[in-house]
Amino acid sequence: MAEKKDPIQTPLTDEQRRKVLMGMAAAPALMVPGLALAQAGQFPTAKVNTTKLAVTDTEVIVGQLHSATGTMAISETGSIQAEQLAIDQINAMGGILGRKIKVIKEDGASDWPTFAEKSKKLLVNDRVACVFGCWTSASRKAVLPVFEKENGLLYYPTFYEGLEQSKNVIYTGQEATQQIIWGLDWASKEKKAKTYFLVGSDYIWPRTSMKIARKHIESVGKLGSVVGEEYYPLGNTNFNSLINKIKVAKPDCIFAAVVGGSNVAFYKQLKAAGITGVKQFLLTLSVTEDEMLGVGGENFAGFYSSMKYFQSLDNANNKGFVEAFKKAYGPKSVIGDVTQAGYLGPWLWKAAVEKAGSFDVDKVVAASPGIELKTAPEGYVKLHENHHLWSKARIAQGQPDGTFKVVAESPELIEPNPFPKGYQ
Amino acid sequence: MSFDEIYNIALMQGFAGLSLFSVLLLMGLGLAIIFGQMGVINMAHGEFMTIGAYTIYLFSSLTETHAPGLMQLYFPFAILAAFAIAFIFGWLVEWALIRHLYKRPLDTLLATWGLSLGMQQVFRSTFGPKEVSPTLPDWLMGSWSPSEGLDIPINGLFVLVLTLLVTGGVLLALYKSRWGLRVRATVANRPMANATGINTRRTDRLTYAIGCGIAGVAGAAFTTIGSTGPTSGSLYIVDAFLVVTFGGAGSLLGTVASAFGIAQTQSIAEFFLTGSMAKVLTLLLIVTILMIRPQGLVASKIRR
Repeated sequence: MAEKKDPIQTPLTDEQRRKVLMGMAAAPALMVPGLALAQAGQFPTAKVNTTKLAVTDTEVIVGQLHSATGTMAISETGSIQAEQLAIDQINAMGGILGRKIKVIKEDGASDWPTFAEKSKKLLVNDRVACVFGCWTSASRKAVLPVFEKENGLLYYPTFYEGLEQSKNVIYTGQEATQQIIWGLDWASKEKKAKTYFLVGSDYIWPRTSMKIARKHIESVGKLGSVVGEEYYPLGNTNFNSLINKIKVAKPDCIFAAVVGGSNVAFYKQLKAAGITGVKQFLLTLSVTEDEMLGVGGENFAGFYSSMKYFQSLDNANNKGFVEAFKKAYGPKSVIGDVTQAGYLGPWLWKAAVEKAGSFDVDKVVAASPGIELKTAPEGYVKLHENHHLWSKARIAQGQPDGTFKVVAESPELIEPNPFPKGYQ
Repeated sequence: MSFDEIYNIALMQGFAGLSLFSVLLLMGLGLAIIFGQMGVINMAHGEFMTIGAYTIYLFSSLTETHAPGLMQLYFPFAILAAFAIAFIFGWLVEWALIRHLYKRPLDTLLATWGLSLGMQQVFRSTFGPKEVSPTLPDWLMGSWSPSEGLDIPINGLFVLVLTLLVTGGVLLALYKSRWGLRVRATVANRPMANATGINTRRTDRLTYAIGCGIAGVAGAAFTTIGSTGPTSGSLYIVDAFLVVTFGGAGSLLGTVASAFGIAQTQSIAEFFLTGSMAKVLTLLLIVTILMIRPQGLVASKIRR
């Protein structure tokens, strides 16, 4: 567990070091859930909460801020469920520092100003100890000033474009380089791809991702050349002209980041135009198990997706996670990359709070770098000083039944680098 | 690049334009009837399409669980059902909501927009927020390749044929049937039509329901090319209004012409420019033409 790690490595103030030592003293008690109550006594509220957070002797209140309604509900439902599952499991183990976690759920309703307003409500009125939430970059950008001003703590689950690092945010998804560079190197090495056609929806994440991809293909990685780069408006459902362009360009690899309803139309029309996994190599950044429900296995069969997590990952942690998730949300539920990243949030927070021996945001943030999670469904992860996770990259191939078969995995954890040099 | 390849790409690009044309026309047709003939701004048009799409999804999953042997056959029946369900729902909506608002056209805009939000939430609660895809019969998937390097999408062909059938049917009904006669009379001069004994209220209700039914068919057809989610309808509504307004409200031929014009412009521009620029160019053209010709491509010949 995190308490056993050498806390001396990270620069701590004297006071923080004392808290950490207290945390270490509590470590044996942590192993036994039954002793949780005794533990609460070891951590009197006055000590673990010096910033007037919503922490009492028996419970700690956290916020959850996702879109339960509106366009983004499609994607955010998985994160809501996974975070709740993690919190339930933590509570079943006895909670954090002997306190049960209570969740206040707020609905961002797919509307960015609403996100900002609700985050203010959670931080100012409810005084929550931390918030698990947001999905789109737009919603994160909307709440960021609020979190920085009110000194809140946000756990953000989505893979995103990078170029951001805040004291008040922990990013549990991949930033762009972790998802793109290893995938492209794999495409070049294993699939001998020399020419690439880049396709994305027209907003910040695909554009930034493709910018990094182009730099890597052309100059940094010297993989070959880019023979086309296209962006389509969000919600576009007609890709026939694009598909003809692809046929003219004959790329070795189609590199795609199309999202939402467009995603489904894109793959259906590729298949209808005779471009299938048998004939064409395609690597995407935007199809997880969640999207697969809409796209349909028969349309994506044979294409490849680059993520850090797939539901079919074969390890003991993941087996337990998938089982618990299906037990909670039905046998038909699926787990995508972001859902898993959402699940990590509460566990990372728990580890950080226990390491800090306090719920105070500043102390939790200071304790966060170096936090390890050996129980993560994706395997071992570690929190970097830049608040992103070290994680592995994986490539999986879509199967006709809509599942993914993992075909490649980076041998080492990939260092997060939200401000990559040479890619700007 | 050989001549053969250029020829094949040109053919496929031509078909891409036709395919977009059929999609736009099918989208706009129901709206053209409701907006054009009745003057009701139906913001819930997209949601009636979604009803059709979910009908297909329901049929597909029911067939899959109860009669897997019939998977190849269910699609045409599901389309008929999509029409019927959207028709009935449209009938009810007209009775409960629209008929009270005929004299207040801007209020119908608000009322139907509210209706569309409500319907989206009902879809979300019933079918879940995630997008779904019906399992399509094998004959609707893949491509038809008459020669090497030439792939014509079968789903595109299917939508094209369906669009031609529905458009033909609507034109025939509007100009050759009693209902069409009543609709045209009501549009031309409501008091006079009333005076000659036409029940204009009934005509309105039937017209609205038929428009909704056609929207249901459109939604059903689009499950072959796109996705179905609670908010899919909102993807289509802007394009649908664009087609109808550009074509000239009140004229079905205008709708056909405008769908064709928009589709070809967009599809060709997409091939030579980038996707987003093509959209910009198409919209600029539409705005320019509407500035010169505010009544749309084909003006209806009625006295206002």
